[in-house]
Amino acid sequence: MVVVSDRPGDERGSTRSVLPLVQARKLAKVPFVEMADGRLQGVVSSGSDPARVYVSSIGAADHALGCSTNNNRPCGGLGGRWACNHIKAMVTEAVIQYGAERVGRFLRVEADELTTGHELIDRIDGTSSSTQAAVVFARFLRHLTYLELPSTSGPIPELHWFPTTGPV
Amino acid sequence: MLATQLTALAEAREGVPETLAVVDGFDDALVHGLGRLGAEQSAALAALASAVAVTPLGDRVAEAVEKIGAGSIGDGHLAALAAARSALLGAVHDALVTGVDTALGRTRAPWTQGETPAEAIAGPRGAARAWLGELAITGWHGVEHELVSGGVQAIDALLAEPASRRLAVLLDGLAAELRASSPVATAELVPARRWADLWTRAVLLAQDAFTGAATAETVTGRLLILGVDLHEHPTAVQAEVHAVLDTPDGSARLVRAAVSATKVDTVVGPAVWKLFTAYPVLTAALAERKAVEITDMPLLDGGDLYWVEAQAAVGAPAEPFATARVQLAEATAPAAQPLDRHPARIGEPVLVEGYKVVKGYGYLTFDLGDVEIVVHQDRLPGSGPITHALLLASTACIGLLRWDAGTWTLQPLAVQAVVKKKPVEAHAADWAQGPTDPKVVKAAARTGDAVAVLRERAGRLLRK
Repeated sequence: MVVVSDRPGDERGSTRSVLPLVQARKLAKVPFVEMADGRLQGVVSSGSDPARVYVSSIGAADHALGCSTNNNRPCGGLGGRWACNHIKAMVTEAVIQYGAERVGRFLRVEADELTTGHELIDRIDGTSSSTQAAVVFARFLRHLTYLELPSTSGPIPELHWFPTTGPV
Repeated sequence: MLATQLTALAEAREGVPETLAVVDGFDDALVHGLGRLGAEQSAALAALASAVAVTPLGDRVAEAVEKIGAGSIGDGHLAALAAARSALLGAVHDALVTGVDTALGRTRAPWTQGETPAEAIAGPRGAARAWLGELAITGWHGVEHELVSGGVQAIDALLAEPASRRLAVLLDGLAAELRASSPVATAELVPARRWADLWTRAVLLAQDAFTGAATAETVTGRLLILGVDLHEHPTAVQAEVHAVLDTPDGSARLVRAAVSATKVDTVVGPAVWKLFTAYPVLTAALAERKAVEITDMPLLDGGDLYWVEAQAAVGAPAEPFATARVQLAEATAPAAQPLDRHPARIGEPVLVEGYKVVKGYGYLTFDLGDVEIVVHQDRLPGSGPITHALLLASTACIGLLRWDAGTWTLQPLAVQAVVKKKPVEAHAADWAQGPTDPKVVKAAARTGDAVAVLRERAGRLLRK
């Protein structure tokens, strides 16, 4: 006799998260990348100046490429429809973090789990555009505040709905 | 845990399926949205009202259902529905826990309200209630990016107020799932019960009258650790320690102690332990498998220690499997906080040994002879050394009995196994002071220290 069925039903389950797993990756070059507001967008550290970052983005629908510093100076490497190194680095890291399939689906280009960041870039038919640098940079700063919040004591029973999952 | 105990646990509990059917009806109405009820949804709400009709909630829920049916949906009405749903699942919880106690022969302390109430939470929760109301009116099926983004402001305000952390963490977790599933109308799966659970709890926590658990007493004694249950969503992590508290008067009781931190989604796997550097005593005891001596530590009325690091000291070595074999069966379990009574909250520590591992298609069970229990492999954290291979080779397991979607499972917290003819032992929190497996250390070195990198970025960019 088996006491329990093999898996809890998904619709009537309480504790299975619907979030796909995220992989650990090096954060020094691209500390932040997300798929939000209809864009793959992120923040790329400047190679020369530690106090400067670039804000890069690719529109999901129109593949509009944008890259500028957080002070809104346009990136010199971005020429029309060709991606600059910042955008390339962002896509490469997004593929590591989220998996090529998910990034490809978001950008509406063909990709499977074996697609590399470079291959994905090649499939992007870019158009140039201005960035939403201020918006994306603000989202990055909000993201960073999570590591600065004061710790609190006492249990958070609600987190029982969020078991840690997945192998390393 | 013995085969006879497991068989007893599997016995059906009277009334559970019927109660869950009422809950499912409400959950489906929440998928559809309360703003435009059809016949099916109206019937589901009526069933919810009639299920609690004879309870003190009866009048308020009946009124709420009537008003919502007429298209007038207020905060108070939603709170009444949340209370009703919570009460039904509380009853299911009680039936299941009674089943556990009967099967295991576990003694459970009767519920007594703590005498020192938690401080009132001052932060405003109206924005959170408004967002939860919009979600309920729209229904999960109608959720799109814009509606999810509408909650961000409320969440940010809650995060900024440490007293509101519970609600903030809950809403942030829900928002992340809704965002990832948006537009929900085209999502493959709507986790109806899960999201209704989260919504219900959030509505209750967002009431102005809500306060945390009260302190029942302060306790002094030796904490013998059984294992650690790790909880995590993109922006929060919690390590919940299950332990036997040995007090000077000779009594042994089961307690929990949780520490938590906010984080970002790129801090995953063993790196999450770096967020607990404010708890050097606790992490040292976990990594070194030692007891913790606690002095005058507040114990909340649901059986959770309110962890104060300064009132804890690392004690003598204490093997969790020895604790599980010697003390666990005799320890008194705590009664659950009234609002925490929900099947998902059940996590009863047990020791399972003398089993045969059975590998099924995509699942694993421990066969105790005549009866098997499924091992919850989804709950193997990447932040610890317990692997699928170790479970296959295991001979004994400390785990938590869990119940979800009508089934009992065992969530492993620690295993003893035989690998290459040598006995090995692995505990979920073995890496609390950093990974000890050379392969994992290497992998972590490759990705670098995520927490340190982001803190450096924050230091440079955030305070300008």
